[in-house]
Amino acid sequence: MNTDMGYKCTVTNIVRLTRQEKLFQIRIIDPVERALFRFRPGQFLMLELPGYGEVPISISSSSSNHEFLELCIRKAGSVTSALFNAGEGTRVAIRGPFGSSFPMDEMAGHNVLLIAGGLGIAPLRAPLFWINEHRNRFLDVSLLYGAKDPSQLLFTWQFNEWDMISHIGLHTIVEQGTEEWTGKTGMITELFNDIAIDPATTYAIVCGPPVMFKFVCGYLDRLGIPMNRMFVSLERRMHCGMGKCCRCMVGSTFTCIDGPVFDYWSVMNLKEAI
Amino acid sequence: MIYKIISKAEFKRFIDALVRSNSSFGPRMVDTDSRGEAVYQFQPVSSVDEIAFDYTRTASSAKHFFLPFRQELSRFHFHDDDWDQKVSYEADPVVLFGLRACDISALNILDDVLLNGHFPSAYYLAKRKNTFVIGMDHLPLPDCFCKSMNHHTVPTGFNLFCSDIGDEYYLAINSSKAFNFLREFETRDPQYDENCRLAERRKLISSSFRTEIDVTGLPAILDIEFDSPVWKKWGDKCLSCGTCAMVCPTCYCYSVEESFEPDLQSSSRQKRLYSCNLVDFAAVAGGHNFRPKNGDRLKYRYYHQHRGFAENANQQICVGCNRCGKACLAGINPKDVINDLRLEKDTCTTSVSSSPARS
Ligand SMILES: Cc1cc2nc3c(=O)[nH]c(=O)nc-3n(C[C@H](O)[C@H](O)[C@H](O)COP(=O)(O)OP(=O)(O)OC[C@H]3O[C@@H](n4cnc5c(N)ncnc54)[C@H](O)[C@@H]3O)c2cc1C
Ligand code: SF4
Ligand code: SF4
Ligand code: FES
Repeated sequence: MNTDMGYKCTVTNIVRLTRQEKLFQIRIIDPVERALFRFRPGQFLMLELPGYGEVPISISSSSSNHEFLELCIRKAGSVTSALFNAGEGTRVAIRGPFGSSFPMDEMAGHNVLLIAGGLGIAPLRAPLFWINEHRNRFLDVSLLYGAKDPSQLLFTWQFNEWDMISHIGLHTIVEQGTEEWTGKTGMITELFNDIAIDPATTYAIVCGPPVMFKFVCGYLDRLGIPMNRMFVSLERRMHCGMGKCCRCMVGSTFTCIDGPVFDYWSVMNLKEAI
Repeated sequence: MIYKIISKAEFKRFIDALVRSNSSFGPRMVDTDSRGEAVYQFQPVSSVDEIAFDYTRTASSAKHFFLPFRQELSRFHFHDDDWDQKVSYEADPVVLFGLRACDISALNILDDVLLNGHFPSAYYLAKRKNTFVIGMDHLPLPDCFCKSMNHHTVPTGFNLFCSDIGDEYYLAINSSKAFNFLREFETRDPQYDENCRLAERRKLISSSFRTEIDVTGLPAILDIEFDSPVWKKWGDKCLSCGTCAMVCPTCYCYSVEESFEPDLQSSSRQKRLYSCNLVDFAAVAGGHNFRPKNGDRLKYRYYHQHRGFAENANQQICVGCNRCGKACLAGINPKDVINDLRLEKDTCTTSVSSSPARS
């Protein structure tokens, strides 16, 4: 990989998810580059829109899909807004993949608990696809997913499908209900009442806003899940993705190369991490 | 390494020939400061007479030859819906004369950061490979503390290093290029006497340090004192201006910015040296800032210099030049901050009862 020059891609499909988020399907143009591109669930890309800039984005599609990549992007600032205005056929470039990943092999043979808050579902899709494709390697799999209000829940159509096909227990909750909302309201931690967690055989993946880590991981810790079996994905400002610019540094740790996926024990030992 | 002795007059002839035929930079006096002291900088030189051989310390470091303040990483040229991206690693050959031992140590640290690991920087490598580095020893200034950091001597990282042993220079020749250049000039092998004079010179340098900082155990102290009031104290003074990082020979953090050219036919991706003291250094999209307070950011700089890196590369990255202390308008310098931290630790250990005796 030339780390200073990205692979050129075409935006092949755009799905509007909410007012703020769109799912971009991109395809590496060069067939050789496309065939060689590999990533592991949890890794991210530096997505380049020439002239506007480059932003870190998690890969949200299945790691076994070598035809295209899916990126779920929230309109957050200058680069992502420019991207939001772009249509199908637009060219972008990607550098990467960068960063650490969820230890899918290590998790095999265990229950897996995936806990997402808001846009935190984006990086969890890759491990979800993985589990879906290797369902018999895992015991019970549950996805707990919370958002501010029902309009902000992403991908629920897909999770319902998975729920039926591969028995992934899906539990959703919103902070603020609406008239049509018949599901639960409250904080994500309330969903713990709905499932039985066996700390001896469970791995957890947690992704969401920083406040969520403290509450959720704290709860799981009290339940007895070892800290090194809980994984979080951290977000920091990133300008290089390669451990050079130091923008993503937390203590002595680079979020871009040592992370973004960390086990909770490492995060607990990092000052300023969450 | 090959060692040679050269007379000072012959050495000047050698440097003159070198700088006349190459794009060269050396220390020159550019101004005087408010106290009337000379201000030196590495500046272009085209003859030996322009070089201040007796200079003390340049206000900013030689890092900028390798990590320019602004550097174009790539350029995009647009056509229809597509573009070409140009990445160039070219670097013109440069002679850099007069670096101090700690300045060269700083380059070795940058090598560690930028060339080792998974993603070496080709931009940096090109500049480093194409720069001919000549080092010169000197007697420490009152505020130098490079001995505390063990960077008052340097074993590698230069093409040529000269130690002043009176009427002559004791040369350490560390590249075949340097050896070849020197062939045309009169040098000889060092004798017993010159070896002794080199040893004396080193002893003199070593014993002349007036500033010492106790850095033993500093990584752990920084960890333990993470919430120390010392950070607020110094943070309240800090102007978050980033000058300390700009003049520092080892600070390398950067930001990347992209912009269209006015004709919209091309755009440029540029790297700009940044400072972790600047307010938005750890701000993310959406407005959250992981280090909102001045003290958080000041602490982080010390943390990175003396702890973070110590854990990653087994060394602290400060070389002890005190450029940051000298340049800081708020009067913040590593010696005072680190001593304060130590004091915090010391007062707290002396105020509790001594460790229990074994029964
Ligand atoms: C590991 C990781 C994974 C992520 N995954 C996702 C994801 O899956 N989906 C998602 O929506 N978000 C994700 N994010 C967050 C996303 O990276 C930010 O929301 C995004 O960077 C915001 O960019 P922006 O330019 O729109 O925002 P701004 O607030 O304008 O800028 C934020 C960042 O973009 C850079 N930037 C802005 N303008 C320029 C420019 N002209 N040139 C160069 N750089 C510029 C800034 O320097 C800064 O780093 C992830 C972040 C990380 C660290
Ligand atoms: S320590 Fe001094 S030089 Fe550095 S940012 Fe603060 S005020 Fe500026
Ligand atoms: S003394 Fe200051 S300027 Fe010099 S290396 Fe240390 S931190 Fe950098
Ligand atoms: S993004 Fe540059 S060091 Fe991590």
